[in-house]
Amino acid sequence: MAGPMRIRAAAADGITEVRVLMSHPMETGQRKDGSGNVIPAHYITELVAKHNDKEVLKVEMGPSVSTNPYLSFKFKGGASGDTIEVSWKDNKGESRTDSVQIR
Amino acid sequence: MNHQRRDALKAGGGLGIFGMLVAAGLVKPGSALARDQKVFDAKSIDEALAALGAGKPDVSDAITIVAPDIAENGAVVPVGVNASLDNVESISIMVEKNPYMVAANFHLSAGTVADVQTRIKMGQTSDVYAVVKADGKYYMAKKEIKVTLGGCGG
Amino acid sequence: MKKGIATAALTAAIAGGVTGALADDTAAALEQYRQMIQDSNPAELNEMAGEELWVTPRGPKNATLEQCDLGLGPGVVEGAYAQMPRYFEDTGRVQDLESRLMTCMETLQGIPSEEIINGKFRQGERGKVADLVAYVVGQSRGAKIQVDLDHPKVKEMFELGKQAFWYRSGPMDFACATCHATDGERIRMQDLPNLTKHEGAAAAWGSWPAYRVSNSQFWTMQHRLNDCYRQQRTAEPIYGSDITIALSVYMAGMANGGTMNAPAAKR
Repeated sequence: MAGPMRIRAAAADGITEVRVLMSHPMETGQRKDGSGNVIPAHYITELVAKHNDKEVLKVEMGPSVSTNPYLSFKFKGGASGDTIEVSWKDNKGESRTDSVQIR
Repeated sequence: MNHQRRDALKAGGGLGIFGMLVAAGLVKPGSALARDQKVFDAKSIDEALAALGAGKPDVSDAITIVAPDIAENGAVVPVGVNASLDNVESISIMVEKNPYMVAANFHLSAGTVADVQTRIKMGQTSDVYAVVKADGKYYMAKKEIKVTLGGCGG
Repeated sequence: MKKGIATAALTAAIAGGVTGALADDTAAALEQYRQMIQDSNPAELNEMAGEELWVTPRGPKNATLEQCDLGLGPGVVEGAYAQMPRYFEDTGRVQDLESRLMTCMETLQGIPSEEIINGKFRQGERGKVADLVAYVVGQSRGAKIQVDLDHPKVKEMFELGKQAFWYRSGPMDFACATCHATDGERIRMQDLPNLTKHEGAAAAWGSWPAYRVSNSQFWTMQHRLNDCYRQQRTAEPIYGSDITIALSVYMAGMANGGTMNAPAAKR
């Protein structure tokens, strides 16, 4: 199972900024291992971020996103104590959801 | 992302269409129903724009690509896009010379600011495109990012 | 136009095999890149994992590491790394962070050091040590590097480290000094810090351990040192051995007064 995401969310002047760091190999499927075998593609295909259960952002990704992806975005509103939930799914059907409270 | 789908997802509550269909046994959990694979399979900027339905977007200086001029290592290139356009619905980041040209598509909900950042891989020096859909119309900007590969150590 | 100059400089640097310092614009652009990747460094994921490991009961003794003494008293993590390596009474040795963590893991948790010494980087218990290193080092962010060179044992290790730094070995007759004892030295695009001077040592010691974007891996100082030996095509040192601790004492000692900014992100 993939390691936990690091999510930071802070609200100031009516805008909440969210920064997410995910643990994922984002393998392109083009690399070969030491024995010459292709390392299969394994990458996050979709991510959804919600503020108090309301979707604020959806991101479709491909293998051109760096390993251990980073994402940052902002939305209007949000207050200290509100919940930010981030979920991702990858091309192998694995998924992960983590949440934090806005500071 | 069109308005109908967004409304339908809201109607489905926490599950969304995808979740409801999985629960109903109609869709295997592994399949990425919501993703437009044609866009991600595109092999040229024109093909990606066509797959997005973007046609020939106007170049707009209301779009800024925030990225280094040179990336010491193409494995991690910080790229940010901000657009001072009204009602931005989506932002796509594309790398012309990458084998997987479309890096990411951001779909912004109402109230989400058109200011996003991520980190992308670049195989070689290339133009990086930001394609923005605002009020149903497409715009774009591009920036060349040079990529070097470091030597040993460090 | 700035872009034109940067392009020309870069082209010259790559095509002409220019040695010595890079043209100013290129150097400035690369410095901008290096700053940008520090933001939300994936090493933070290792820090999170390490913080979890510190308080998780593990090993045959099913204990946490919360009583581990890193030199400032049992369980005191904040600022501890900035004063390491240091001499420890209980082991009668000068220890770096990784060897000290092995001591704590064996004494408190019953996890044998031998397993870690015979292990591999990024795997098993040695992999867990790396996460613990990320956590502990992160707790010294912004702290002043203060290795106690007055302590006779530490001073002894500093001198040994200096000797090891200049010691040539292997088929290429390399020493650390071959790459790291000159100002403005470079391998292709890689600036090599001059570790025999305070400025270079502070920049280097202050920015390791680090997440290396080129291989998406988090490397500790032990890992970095081991790979230096591998690159020299000479014998790789035993994990946590005195020679590796001595080299760390030398670098950290030269860095005294500098600031810790680790874990960092590097190419």
